[in-house]
Parts: sequence; structure tokens; C-alpha cells
Amino acid sequence: MQALTNRVKVVERKPMSFLERMYLPAIFKGMMITFSHIFKKKPTINYPEIQRPFSPVFRGLQVLNRDEEGRENCTACGLCAVACPAEAITMEAAERQPGEEHLYREEKYAAKYEINMLRCIFCGLCEEACPKDAIYLSETFTPADYQRKQFIYAKNDLLIPHPVNEPEAYKKALGNKSTKEKVN
Amino acid sequence: MMLAIDLAMVIEKLVLIVVVVSASLVIAMYTTFAERKVAAILQDRRGPNRAGPFGLLQPLADGLKLFFKEEIIPNFSSKFLFILGPALAMLTAVMTSAVIPWGDKISFFGRDVSLQIADINIGVLYVFGVVSLGVYGIMIGSWASNNKFSLMGGLRAASQIISYELAMGISLIALLMVTGTLSLKEMVVQQQQGGWGGFLGWNILKQPLGFLIFLICAFAECNRTPFDLPEAENELIGGYHTEYSSMKLGFYLFAEYINMFISSVIMATLFFGGYDMPFVDEAGLSPNIAALIGVAALMGKVIFFIFLFMWVRWTIPRFRYDQLMHLGWRILIPLALFNMLVTGAVILYFNK
Repeated sequence: MQALTNRVKVVERKPMSFLERMYLPAIFKGMMITFSHIFKKKPTINYPEIQRPFSPVFRGLQVLNRDEEGRENCTACGLCAVACPAEAITMEAAERQPGEEHLYREEKYAAKYEINMLRCIFCGLCEEACPKDAIYLSETFTPADYQRKQFIYAKNDLLIPHPVNEPEAYKKALGNKSTKEKVN
Repeated sequence: MMLAIDLAMVIEKLVLIVVVVSASLVIAMYTTFAERKVAAILQDRRGPNRAGPFGLLQPLADGLKLFFKEEIIPNFSSKFLFILGPALAMLTAVMTSAVIPWGDKISFFGRDVSLQIADINIGVLYVFGVVSLGVYGIMIGSWASNNKFSLMGGLRAASQIISYELAMGISLIALLMVTGTLSLKEMVVQQQQGGWGGFLGWNILKQPLGFLIFLICAFAECNRTPFDLPEAENELIGGYHTEYSSMKLGFYLFAEYINMFISSVIMATLFFGGYDMPFVDEAGLSPNIAALIGVAALMGKVIFFIFLFMWVRWTIPRFRYDQLMHLGWRILIPLALFNMLVTGAVILYFNK
């Protein structure tokens, strides 16, 4: 019969030789292959002891930033909520009262700031939209939970630890990411 | 006077029994761990490494888990036989260890203690008798479960073990013609007396084909891959132990690992000189140390065989049932008969 394409491979079906019919050499060969795997490098990473480094552009859970004195950066301008393609961010603005200067950097602040982590797609557009460097995406995942409503993160879930009162927690939350971006 | 001696012997044997049985249980326990670890390493994984250092406490955790699981006895099962099945499997698995010479004599408070529970002159026959009883545990358990998958597994196990026992027996007859004794102790002593430090006396050199047949049949007897059809998960759910849970399931699995251990010991004893470590007898060590080295040598051989069991398991896929029967009846039995014939002819030729 004429071949339909030039990629046809003829399969040889000649009877097996005595050595092949004994199977033992083939089995021995196979065993040598499995044995060689003992010395192969294991691709597994021992997770809790060794953690894989995140890529520098990793986008994880959002953090609301403070300045060096611990004042909230956010002015509730709403640009992040507008930029958000998943419409995960809601906020309510409030005016800073006299005597609250140590809490908020500017005259306006976010009284309520919520991100729905089930809607969030971690695109990082909120971070890019923010003119005040008030929100950035950290290097942690959103932890699992039992209820849907637990995934609506309020302001106190998102705020970074106070840099003066809890400097170590602040440094940890900052990670190596925002130091690099502090430039702009 | 007679009574005193007897009492000492009873105590000696009791201690030996307790030590041997608990040792084989512990070894079987750690064989399950080794199996998981070897499987992991052969597949480029890490294996259990969370419980204790290097995961060494994993078998304890597994055992504990099995103990605390719910015991389920199916409504339509035959209750007595359902319990008898795993008990019998476990019993026969442990019983075999009675006639195995674990080492040479040890002198202990001026007493010579033989490291063998019973040196009976039909040791090989005893082993065979008990091992073939082992299939009853599987058959009874699977039949009593009143489950078609279980029954299928049990039938497969029964026919497979009986078929391969034939070839195993015939391959052993050739070995018995060479050694001229049925006592396992006697066989080891004979193998110790070969040239080159005892190494040339090992029966593997006299019966290589016999060993090969014995090895293949031992795999089949232990229901190990490539002969694990009785418990083929992807065909029969769990095979003969589908309906079992908790420690009864544990006993079945445990019996399998003890069987593996015992058949490794038997192979080491019959073909690889048992507790004979080449060049140790000639070194002129004190008998106690030599005996302990012998025990260690036997354990080393056993560990190699157990590794071989696992190594083959993760290399060769399962046989189809007709292939299994074809291998057993049309290849191994004629081969074993041929081996027996040639051995007989050679013995006749040289003893003329």
C-alpha cells in the first residue's frame, strides 16, 4: 500500500530472540535504571524548613503603609478603588480632627478601607495607582479561612505594624520589596 | 537433677522465642518504613521524614493509627471466620521463624545457647508446611468478607500460591539432593565448610538456577509485585482485605511484611550460607564474637533481600493473570524439573 505521508514509521514485528524471551536481562536493565534514581537529586523542597524565595515581582496580600513616624499614608482618594478591575476595594473617607496629626499624615484619611480577598485578583494595579505610596502588595499569601465573610479584610487587617511601637514586626512586614520602591 | 536442666532449657527457649518473635515484629514494622522510604528514593521523592529524626517514628505512628481506627465487621460476613482470617495469616507468618538458625552457639554463664528455637531434622519441610498454611488466612478472610472483590482476590491468591509452591518445591528438591539434609542448621554448617573462607561452599554456586526459581517463587508466595494480583488495587479495590479495617487490616499487611522477612531469611539460609560470614571462622575470634558477627551477617543478607523485594516492586509492573499462570506452570515447573534432573545426573556422575 502506498504511504499516505512521508512520516510513516515501519514497526518491526520480528519474533523475539531467546535472550529477549528470557526477560531477565531486560528486567535487570530496568532495575539498573531504578537503582540509578537513588543517586539523582530530589526536586522536593523541605517546605517548612526551607522556603522557596519569591520572585521580586511577586504580588501577594495587600498592606496599607505608614510613614516613618507611624502615620497612615492613605488619604482615601479612591484611585485604587477606581483602578481595581475586580472591584474589590471599598473605602469611606473622613476628615482629620485636630489632635490626630500623629495618626494620619494628611488632612483626609480612610475611616473604612476594605478589600474583598475573594474578589481580588492580585494584579497590583492599586499599588500602581496610589499616589501616596499607601498600598503595596506584600510577599505573603492570603491565609485560608472557614467562612467567606472572613475574607473581607478591614483596615486593621491590612495596616502595617507601627514602625515606632513595633519596629521588628514593621521591618518584617515591609520585606525586601518596599525598601526598593521607597525611591519614588 | 533432670528437672533443673529442663527448666533451664525451657527458660532459654522461652527467652529465645520472645526475642525472635519480637525482633521479627520490629523488623517487619521497620520494613514498612523502609518500603516507603525506598519507594520514595527510587522515585526521586523524599518519603516520610516528619515523625522523629529521618521519620524513624513513622511505623509507630502508623501502628497507632491502625489501632485507633474503627473496627468494622460487615453485617453479612461470617464473623468467626472474618476474625480468624487475619489471625491465621499472622500466626503462620510468625511460626516460620521457629526453625531458622539465627546464629551459631553462644556460651552464656557456662551454657551453650544455640541461636535457633528448634533444630528439627525436617526444618525445610516444616517451613513449607507452615507457609502453605498461610494461604488459608487469606482464603478464609476473603471468603468470610462476603464481598465479590475479596473473594476474587482470595481465589487469585490461593491459585497463585499453590501454583508457585510446586515450582518452589521442585527447585528445593534439587538443593536437597546436593545437601542431603532437611535440617536448616545442617545446611548452614555444610555451607560454612567450603573453600575461600567458606564462600565457595555457598549453595548459590551449586544451584544458581534453583536459586533463581526459588527467588521468583518467593516473590509470588509473598504476593509481592510483579505477582501482587491478590491485592491489585486498581482491579480489585483492596483484594482479599477490601472489607478489613483497623488492626485486622494491619495484621494482614503485617503478615505480608513478616512473610517477606522470613522468606528473605530462608533464601539467605538455603543459598547464601545463612549466618556464615566468609573468613570469620578462620580468623580465630572468640566463639561468642564470631556468633554475633554471624547474626549480623545473616541480617545483612536479609536486608539485601528485602531491598531486592522493594527494588523489584518499583521496577516491574504487575503480570496479567494468564501470564502469571503461564510463567508458573509452563516455564518455572519444567525449568525446575530440568534443574532437578541435571543435578541428579551430575551427582550420580561424580559419586560413581
